Formats: sequence, structure tokens, C-alpha cells
Amino acid sequence: MIIKDVICPFCGCLCDDLAVEVENNKVIDVKHACKIGAAKIRGHNRIEAPMMRESKTDEFREVSYDEAINEAAKIFVNSKRPLMYGWASGLCEMMKKGVLLAEEVGGILDNTASVCHGPSALGVQEKGIPTGTLGQFANRADVVIFWGCNPVQAHPRHMSRYSVFAKGFFTNRGRKDRKIVVVDVRKTDTAEMADEYVQVNPGEDYKLLAAFRAAVADKADVIPDTVAGVSKEKIVELAAAMKGAKYGIVYFGMGVTQTRCKYKNIDIAVSLTTDLNAYTKFSIIPMRGHYNVTGAGQVFAWETGYVNGIDMSRGAPYYNPGETCSNDMLMREELDSAFVIGGDAGAHFPAQSIAQMAKIPVIQVDPFHNPTTEMANIVIPVKVSGVELAGTAYRMDSVCLRMRKLVDVDFPSDEEVLDKILAKVKEIKGVS
Amino acid sequence: MKLDAIFISGRTVNQGVNLENKSSTAYFDAAGYCEMNSTDAGKISTDPGNNVKVTTDFGNVVVPMRICEGNPDGLIFIPMGPWANAVASPDTAGCGMPGFKGIPATVESTDEKAPTMPELMARLK
Repeated sequence: MIIKDVICPFCGCLCDDLAVEVENNKVIDVKHACKIGAAKIRGHNRIEAPMMRESKTDEFREVSYDEAINEAAKIFVNSKRPLMYGWASGLCEMMKKGVLLAEEVGGILDNTASVCHGPSALGVQEKGIPTGTLGQFANRADVVIFWGCNPVQAHPRHMSRYSVFAKGFFTNRGRKDRKIVVVDVRKTDTAEMADEYVQVNPGEDYKLLAAFRAAVADKADVIPDTVAGVSKEKIVELAAAMKGAKYGIVYFGMGVTQTRCKYKNIDIAVSLTTDLNAYTKFSIIPMRGHYNVTGAGQVFAWETGYVNGIDMSRGAPYYNPGETCSNDMLMREELDSAFVIGGDAGAHFPAQSIAQMAKIPVIQVDPFHNPTTEMANIVIPVKVSGVELAGTAYRMDSVCLRMRKLVDVDFPSDEEVLDKILAKVKEIKGVS
Repeated sequence: MKLDAIFISGRTVNQGVNLENKSSTAYFDAAGYCEMNSTDAGKISTDPGNNVKVTTDFGNVVVPMRICEGNPDGLIFIPMGPWANAVASPDTAGCGMPGFKGIPATVESTDEKAPTMPELMARLK
């Protein structure tokens, strides 16, 4: 059986044109996906049963789901500062349950944006965001800027479906109708394909963005001969190309959120985009990684008012990145347990933060063995969302899509596990 | 001879392919290496496939070296994952985001062995 129009559960592109061949309840072929999406849908060796151990240096022993869930609930009840991290590889339905559990236990609710586009959220809170949908960009954009992102490696079909080669209503010649500019600290594979590669010095994106603002405002006289490694001449030339666009789009990634100035880079990139709208139509959008990290931001924001780094211990949501995000709290040694679901803190936090996780009980809910498993005391395997479970996800442009189930498995869903942990927590606490 | 460099991490296709396969040797091959240009490799007298030791204020890690001529002089790249994290900064600069890019580092040739993912995690327990 071939299932058509499958939505890929890997990255924020949510490519919706996959064809997956399923035989005897097994995926045997994946068509139209990139190499990463195909690998995810084909599947990998998974954790077969719940496991527990006292010490993180012990071997795991297999336990029942009930035992693992009961012990997880006890850890929550005995914790004053439980971290609840991940969420972005899950569906919106389970995130909602996560918020309910965080409310009940007074948890710190944080998602993978914390080490990805968390600074983008801060920048957007400062300045707003003139943005649009990937369909608009595909149909209209004739000047395309990739700033600190490398879709050839991280979002392999982004260029063919939305940004570079896509043929749209006003861009019916695809690549020939577009000027592609890449700003990066190194000549990436995406830069190799660009019309213009602008090599910015590491950590100096803010300076370069400020210089572009000056050039766009016809204040080139205040720009030094070289800014952030880029000549004034090139800055003025590109600013003119931006103003001359029929429709421009800035895609940005970790190259600006993780480098010096962090959220201030987003703040000024949004300001530059806003400035350009005095001359033409320009939009800006973050390149989101996990397929539903945008959904995590949406669900957390509509449930609590904030997208990540939400401290629920005060009885009302409290948000202050720098104080309430995972790595802030780990490095202050403030947490007394960690619950990792739909994300892999062990693989994507700095080692010094993970060393703090080694000192506290860690519960992991995930289909796969990963570095978080190495730090875990309780491991609860679940379905792979978007392959074995249907539900809601948000594309990087906040378009809401329904993910499909392709095969049936006996594992519980992460949502069911959250439901059971919440019920057990309430039972132990004697609340209804 | 040590090379003074700026360390950054980032995504790659093969790191993505093995995101749910992190106990495998394929994941080590995908995420456990350090890229620099051939001029920098020449400065520390190392060849592709040989191990280098990357050290920052936050830790050190041994990984095989690969050449990427797209890197400017003095810029080294390790794909995001446990090997990059070994030298990343936990300082969030007041906004929640640790330092995964732009970290001053030194790189030297070494005969030490590159750790597997479980070995790296065991160092932290």
C-alpha cells in the first residue's frame, strides 16, 4: 500500500508531498523525502521496554510501564524544581498535557527553542516580526537572503519547495527569477549555490546588520570602509538590491541566534526588514529545526503566555530567559529532577550543563536510545509521532498541519504516558 | 604547535540522518569530527583522519580532523552533538542560549583516542 501526501516529521519544513510504501505494517520505501526525512520514517533501533536504575552508572533493568510511570510520578512529587524539557519532537496534543502536568508539579517548562530559536522569540517580543508563509515566499520572493543558516545541510528540501528553485506565480522561472544572497562565517554548501556570498566575521553579525540599516536609509557616509569583514562597497550594493526587490525574504538560523549578541541580532534583523518595507515588501522568518518546535511555542504561548523557559512553580507562569531556561537553571544547580520528552538534552546541551543533570534524577520519554538515556534513571519508550501517531504540528511559518499515522505499534503514545503520570501525581498528592 | 581558533558548531545532513541513531558508529562518523581549512591543518602538521584535540575554557575533546576549504583561516567547525558540546560554553549571556558558536579554542595534533558517545557521557557522571 502506498500512502500519499504524507507529511515529514523531521524538520520545520513539514514537506507534505511524501509517498510512503507500507507492507505488513512496516515502512518499506519512502519517496520524495530528503535523506534525513527518509531515515526518520524508515526508523531505527528503538528502546523495546521501559527501564530503570538507581545509579546512573548501574545497568538498566527492564520494568513494566506501570512501575516506570509510578516511579516517575514519585520523582515529580518529591521535586521542588523539576525541569520539563524537550517537547519539539511531539505533537501539539501531548504538549497540552505537558502544560497540565507542569501546572500540577510546579515544573519548569522549556522546549528545544532554548538552544535553538529562543533568542528569536526574545527578538520578536522586542520588535514584532514582519513575516508570511512559505507559500507566499515561494510565489513572490525575488531576493532571498539566507543569514546564518545552511538549508543544504539542515533543511534539504527547503530550497526546492519554497525558497530557491521553487517555481511560483510571480517566480515562474524558479532559480532564474531570484537573487540568492548568503551571509555566513564560512562558505557553506548553501553559499556555494548563491549569487552573492558575504563572509561576515564570527560574532559580528550585529555590526553588519547595523551597516545595512544605514545603507538602506541612504546614510552610507557613516559606514566605515569595512564592517565585520565586509567592504562598504558591497554593503551599499546589496542594500540597493534589497530595496530594489519586488519581494524580499530573510531566512535566518543558528548563525545569528547562537553567536555574540544573540537575541539582539534578531532584534536588528527585524528592524532592517521593517525599514525595507518603506521601499518594497520584505519579510523575515526563522528556519526552525525540530518538525514541531513551532507547535511547542504555539501551545505553550496559548496555554501560559510564553514560548519557553516558563517557571510554573509560583502558581502563575513566570518567564525570564537567562533565569528560567534549562541551561540557566542547570548551571545554578537549582533543579532537583529533569523530565526529558520529545527532545535530547543529553546531545544538545553543553557538557557542563549535562554534568549537572548527572547529579539529579532524570526521566526520559523517547522512542530511541540517545545521550539523554545515558544520564537517565527511568526510560519510558513511546510511539514515534508523525509515523506511528497522528496529530497536530506547526510548520516553521506557523501553518498548522495534521500529521498522519503510517503504521501501528504496541507502544503507548507520549500523550498517554503524560496522562498516566499526571493521574498518579494527583493520586499521590490526594488531589482530584 | 597549537592553533588558536574560533570554534563553531552546526547542523549537517548526516548528523540529521543519525539523530535517532545516536548509539551507532554512524553517528560518531556524522558528528565526531573537526573541520578546518588545509592551511590551518598544515600549521598543526596534521592530515585528514588524524585526531586533533580541541580545547576551550569549558573542556576539551579529541576528534578526527577533516578538511573544509570553505572555513576561513582560524575557524573550526564540529557538527552539533556531544563532541561539540564538550567544548561549548554553558554561559547563556542572560538570554537562555548557551555558547555554541564563536568560542575561542586551541587545536593541536594528538595521538589520543576519540571518545565514543557513551564514553563522552560517562566522563560527565
